[in-house]
Amino acid sequence: MTSLRIFFIGGLMAYRGLINWLSPWIFIPTLVVAPIFQILLFVFIGRSAGVESDKFFVIGNAVQYASIPCLFSMTNAISGERYQQTLAYLLVSPAGRLSLFLGRAVPVVVNAMFVAAFSLVVTSLILGISIPPTTWPAIALAIAVSAFACTGLGLICAAIGLRVRETAVLNNVLFGLLLIFTGANVAVTELPEWMQWISNRIPLTHGIQAARQLADGASLADVSGLIATEFAIGIVYTVVGYQAIRLMERESRKRASVQVA
Amino acid sequence: MRIARLLGIGWLFQFKQMSRSSFDSFLAICWPIFFATVAFFMFRQGGKPDALIYAGLGAAVMGIWTATSVAAGSALQRERWHGTLELLVAAPTHFSVVLLPIGLATASIGVYCMIATILWGRFVFGIDLPVDEPLSMALAIPATLLSIGALGFLIAVAFARFRYAWAIGSMTEYPIWLICGFLVPLTLLPNWVPPISWVLAPTWGMNAIRESSTGGTPLPDIAMCFALGSVYVFLGVIGTEAVLRAARAKASLSLT
Repeated sequence: MTSLRIFFIGGLMAYRGLINWLSPWIFIPTLVVAPIFQILLFVFIGRSAGVESDKFFVIGNAVQYASIPCLFSMTNAISGERYQQTLAYLLVSPAGRLSLFLGRAVPVVVNAMFVAAFSLVVTSLILGISIPPTTWPAIALAIAVSAFACTGLGLICAAIGLRVRETAVLNNVLFGLLLIFTGANVAVTELPEWMQWISNRIPLTHGIQAARQLADGASLADVSGLIATEFAIGIVYTVVGYQAIRLMERESRKRASVQVA
Repeated sequence: MRIARLLGIGWLFQFKQMSRSSFDSFLAICWPIFFATVAFFMFRQGGKPDALIYAGLGAAVMGIWTATSVAAGSALQRERWHGTLELLVAAPTHFSVVLLPIGLATASIGVYCMIATILWGRFVFGIDLPVDEPLSMALAIPATLLSIGALGFLIAVAFARFRYAWAIGSMTEYPIWLICGFLVPLTLLPNWVPPISWVLAPTWGMNAIRESSTGGTPLPDIAMCFALGSVYVFLGVIGTEAVLRAARAKASLSLT
């Protein structure tokens, strides 16, 4: 029961306390307006280059932009404790680590889903893209699984954030790499082979493909393989991220560097 | 003379400081390269060699705006965090002379981005950018830098009293890339967009660099860069007065 309380209530409290991006002054410019313009930018580049359809870029970028809350919020939700000078209190508490750290991921996933879904709906309306209403629940599922998988990557960033200072640079670089490798704007099959190898092993790639196929009329059963792969990738990244956080915790105790920011 | 010295020293100081920040320098260089890479893949997929050169030039200039938008937006906030804002405002020099070099320094960081993106395009994607008018290009690049720096100065003044000005600065990144014709010709955009583009100096800077590259007539575009840059500086100086007066009246200068 205590673990559940820490997981849900503690996770939400930590999220609200540590993510200053929830202020409308940051949230609206960075998580509402920016994804819409990223989508429009690539739609027009696509038209200029004469490749793919508007729908291709709208779905690809909407799902890919979920990585901003996944990476930045997840990192801040844990490594932000260092900057608030509260990490030591957290680590000496008897709270179970699994519920303590993973509970913070739930609001991150919800936020990422909102960002992706909102930008998808708004840009579809702006550009007059028709996505059958019957496919929306399945697309929402693809977005949720993608957000979960990317939050796993965010957990790894959070672990690194317990050691290094420049997490903003790290998160931005990862966002840029996801932009290139996930197939958000260039179909994975168009990338060189070594890039495809990476694409197939990172979050978002399969989720984006699933969302695109669903928007084109495929059924949930048709894309179940893609969604299952995305989910499996999310599990792997989450496990690695959680273990990395535990490792960093042990190392920071050993080196007396818990609060060094 | 005193003002010129202040501008020069201020620019050098800010430029050195930003060059040592991984966020303001390393990331500012990497960020446009990510987008340039995607754009290069897309144009290569489209099979239009001319479009690839068009994108190569645009991507090179994108970095100047990237370096300016976030850093200029947060320029005053940074001074607040450093605890130096009151000292700068209280100094006998007009505050705009302190602020203008920050905008110019952020744009100057864009030179790194520009060179990095050109080299990336050349060695990774084999994009050989032509320079038919080297003299014009030598004039077009500084004109673009100065005018974008002046726009950065205006942004710094306009958002001086916003606590999260960096977010607003960051928000302007994609729209400017889109509507100033860096990667997409203005003719592809809806009819109501180009008039907005024309009051933005990056549009003319981009044109000037393209015209210099392809042997066109860049001088009118360069002149527009200087004209718009002067307007931004003029508005920025007036805005500085208004912002400082309001901040003093409300005792909100150092609020973070």
